[in-house]
This record gives sequence, C-alpha cells and structure tokens, in this order.
Amino acid sequence: MQVLFDQAADGGTYLGWLMSGLFWTLLLWFVSGVLAFAIGIGVGAARTVRHLPLRIAARLYVQVFRNVPLLVQMFLWYFVLPEVIPTTWGSAIKQIAPPWASFYPAVAGLSLYTASRIAEQVRAGVNSLSDGQRKAADALGLTAFQTYVLVLLPQALRITIPTLTSEALGLLKNTSVALTIGLLEITARAAQINEFTFRTFDAFASATILYLLIALVLHQVAFQVERILRIPGTSPNNTSRK
Amino acid sequence: MSFDFAAVVSATPYLLQGLLFSVELTLVAMIGGMLLGTFMAIIRHMGVPVASEAVRAYVTLMRSIPLILVLFWFFFLVPLLLGHLTPAGHSIPLGPRFTAFITFTLFESAYYAEIVRAGLKAIDKGQYEGAKALGLSTSSMYSSVVVPQVLRATAPIIVSQTIILFQDTALVYVLSLTDFLGAAAKIAQRDSKLVEFYSTVAVVYLLICSIGSELSERFRKKQGQRSSNGRLERAKRMFGLARL
Repeated sequence: MQVLFDQAADGGTYLGWLMSGLFWTLLLWFVSGVLAFAIGIGVGAARTVRHLPLRIAARLYVQVFRNVPLLVQMFLWYFVLPEVIPTTWGSAIKQIAPPWASFYPAVAGLSLYTASRIAEQVRAGVNSLSDGQRKAADALGLTAFQTYVLVLLPQALRITIPTLTSEALGLLKNTSVALTIGLLEITARAAQINEFTFRTFDAFASATILYLLIALVLHQVAFQVERILRIPGTSPNNTSRK
Repeated sequence: MSFDFAAVVSATPYLLQGLLFSVELTLVAMIGGMLLGTFMAIIRHMGVPVASEAVRAYVTLMRSIPLILVLFWFFFLVPLLLGHLTPAGHSIPLGPRFTAFITFTLFESAYYAEIVRAGLKAIDKGQYEGAKALGLSTSSMYSSVVVPQVLRATAPIIVSQTIILFQDTALVYVLSLTDFLGAAAKIAQRDSKLVEFYSTVAVVYLLICSIGSELSERFRKKQGQRSSNGRLERAKRMFGLARL
C-alpha cells in the first residue's frame, strides 16, 4: 500500500485521489439517497391509495424506472436530456462545469431508479398492515392525507427498515455506475491509480476496503436504528426462538 | 431536432448481435451462478467446518462491493496472477469477453447462494427427517428431495434476480464489450445519433424486463395460492432478500 503515499501526477498523493473519490461517492450516495427515499415513499404510498388514476400513475413509474438498466438511465439523463429539451436549456446544461456536469445526471439516474425499488418496499409495508388501521382512520374522520402521514406510513416504514437498509447498501454500490459518465468516485479513482502506477492490487484493494468500511458502518447504524424503532412484538427474529 | 429512426433500423443487425451477447452472458451467468450458488448454499446449510466460513466471507464480500469494481479486479488482476503462476512470468490477458463470463458467474453465484439458502431454511424440517428415515444419503437427500422443492419455492425470486442480472450485463460497457448497450453506443457515437440509439436501447430493455417482471409476478401469485409461503417470507426477511 506504499504506493498510496507516492506523489501523483497532479502534485498530491494517490491517497488524496482516493479520498476525493470517497468524497464524491459519499456525496452522491447521500443526495440520491435522500431524494430516493422521499420519492419512493410518495410513490409507494400512491400505489396503495383508493384513487385509481393515482395508483396507475405510480404503477407506471415503478414499471418504467425499475425495468431500464441504471446505466442506460444515466446515459439518458447525461446524453439525451440536453438534446431533447429546448435548445437554450440544453446549452445551459452543457455549460455546467465538469464534476457537477456528471454529478447531476448521476443523482437523477440513481435517485429515480432507487425510488422505484423503495416504492415497492413501502407498498409491501402498507399492504401488510391490518385493514383495520385504515378503517379506524376513516372512522376517526381523518382525510386520506392524514391517514397516510399519521397512521399508515409511520407503521409501514418501521416494518420495512431491514429492507430499506439493503436498498441503502445497493445504492452505495450503484454509485460506481456514475464513473461511466465521468464522475471520479472511488472505483474510477482506483482505476486511475492503476493506470498511472500499474500497482493493480494496491489500487483495487484500497477501493474494496473503502467500500467494505462504509458497508460496515452502515450495518452498525442500521442495526441501532432498527433496534430503537422496532415495533414491539413484530420482530422477525422472534421466530428463531422456537 | 428530428428523430432519425431510419438510422436505428439500418443498424438493427448489429444491435441484435449485441443483444444476443447480452442474453448469452445472462444465461451463462445464471446457469453457472445457480450451480455454484446452490453448492455454496448447501455447504453453509450443512455447516461444513472451514468451507462454510469461507463461503460466508465470499458471499459477504461479493455483496458489499460494486460489480464494476469486481469487473476491474478480474480484468486487471487475474492476468497478473496467472502470469505469476506460470513459468513464462509475464501477464496473460484473459480478454474482456472471458473476463465478463467469469466475473458475472462468480458475482451472481453469491446472490443466488443467498436465495437458495433462504429456501433451504424455509423447507419443512420433516422433509429432511423423512429423507433420512428413508435411508437416503446426504447427497441424494439434497439432490432429489430438498433442492427441487427449494427451486420451485424460490422461482419468483430467482427470476427477479435474473432480471437484475440481465440489466447488470449492461455494465460490461466499462470493458468496451459489444453487448446491446455497447453496440448502440458505438454506432451512436460514430453517427452522432445519441438520442435515437439510447432511447431505443431504453425502450427495448423496458420491454424485455417488463415481460420478465410479469413472469415473476405470475409465479408469485401462483404460489400465493399454495401454502408454506409465510416461512419463505420470514427467511427472506432475515437475509435481507425481501427487496427481490
């Protein structure tokens, strides 16, 4: 791993390259994650409402964004979008400076793709609740919006936390797809270090260790969150006792 | 701007060739991954002393790092390793095609292993006991009693995972291979027709994967009518597989 402390072509160290890659991976992960959860919860809830057109729209959203490969979606945002919108907007997009020019399409691709997967989890969570919850909310005179925000979603989300954790991990891994549109995140930096130094093992091992570390931290945090937010008596681990 | 559909039509044979490679890669990785994955799942399920820990570490590692990174590992590192092992001493390039087949098979085997393991746990204990009572050997207990039931029970998840695999094959783009997306990208760049080719690619993927999802959904519904599903759902949740 000595190579990490060698001076790189731009005057810094290769470790510095890797850290800059880590920064972009984490930033992309965080921004797309927040957006994906917001959209995913909205769409997932919309898939379970009584209003038919809204349900169909949500269903279509999931169908489209889940069935096109993430890489292709990113290409659409990066290459195709600036061409199909009015020219002035298109050229405004093309003016954006380098790291951000790849960052925004990457965020769009990752968050919309991940949202379609989260929506399915949220839908499953809402559907797993007893029908009585919705009826009781009706009986209390809550509006549809109140029913979701105050009654259904808080319970559904607490049930779905374990699968949402694996979505977060999946999102972390998917951030590497952004390298195809030129974002220098961890994997891209590792490939770059390999190209400059031919220290193949060191370069890719460092990247692998970084991903493992982030995954480890995520698991610890998720475990604590799960423990705190668990609805008493609904733990899936109860079954292992018998 | 105008949508030049004729350019896409005239490139159809080349695109189909690319699509064929994507399908080929998916099938090879699915069959190889299922065989290897089932084998690994059984090792873990039986609790074979050292091997079981090794499989666990392998599966965790593969599931924690991005596929692109794994592709790079194999593309750059395995030739060097082979070079060290042979007397020649210089690196032996595997070529991107071979790298893709190997990487996808090994990578997917980790995911299939977790699915099959969840299935093995979900099978009723009586099935194992029944097989033992009939005097079946361990290998025939797994091959003729347990695994066939596991495969049927997990069919919807296996189909879902295979759709994800099919989508993931687009990532061979980073090795400059000519899969479906790679073929489209090459012509799109040559003719400066990015809009036409990339949107065509998106629509074709959408169609193929929608058919796949529909199939998976059918399997799921069919099984919903049968019993024993709560158990599999629980096992899936325990392994964080419910997203499939």
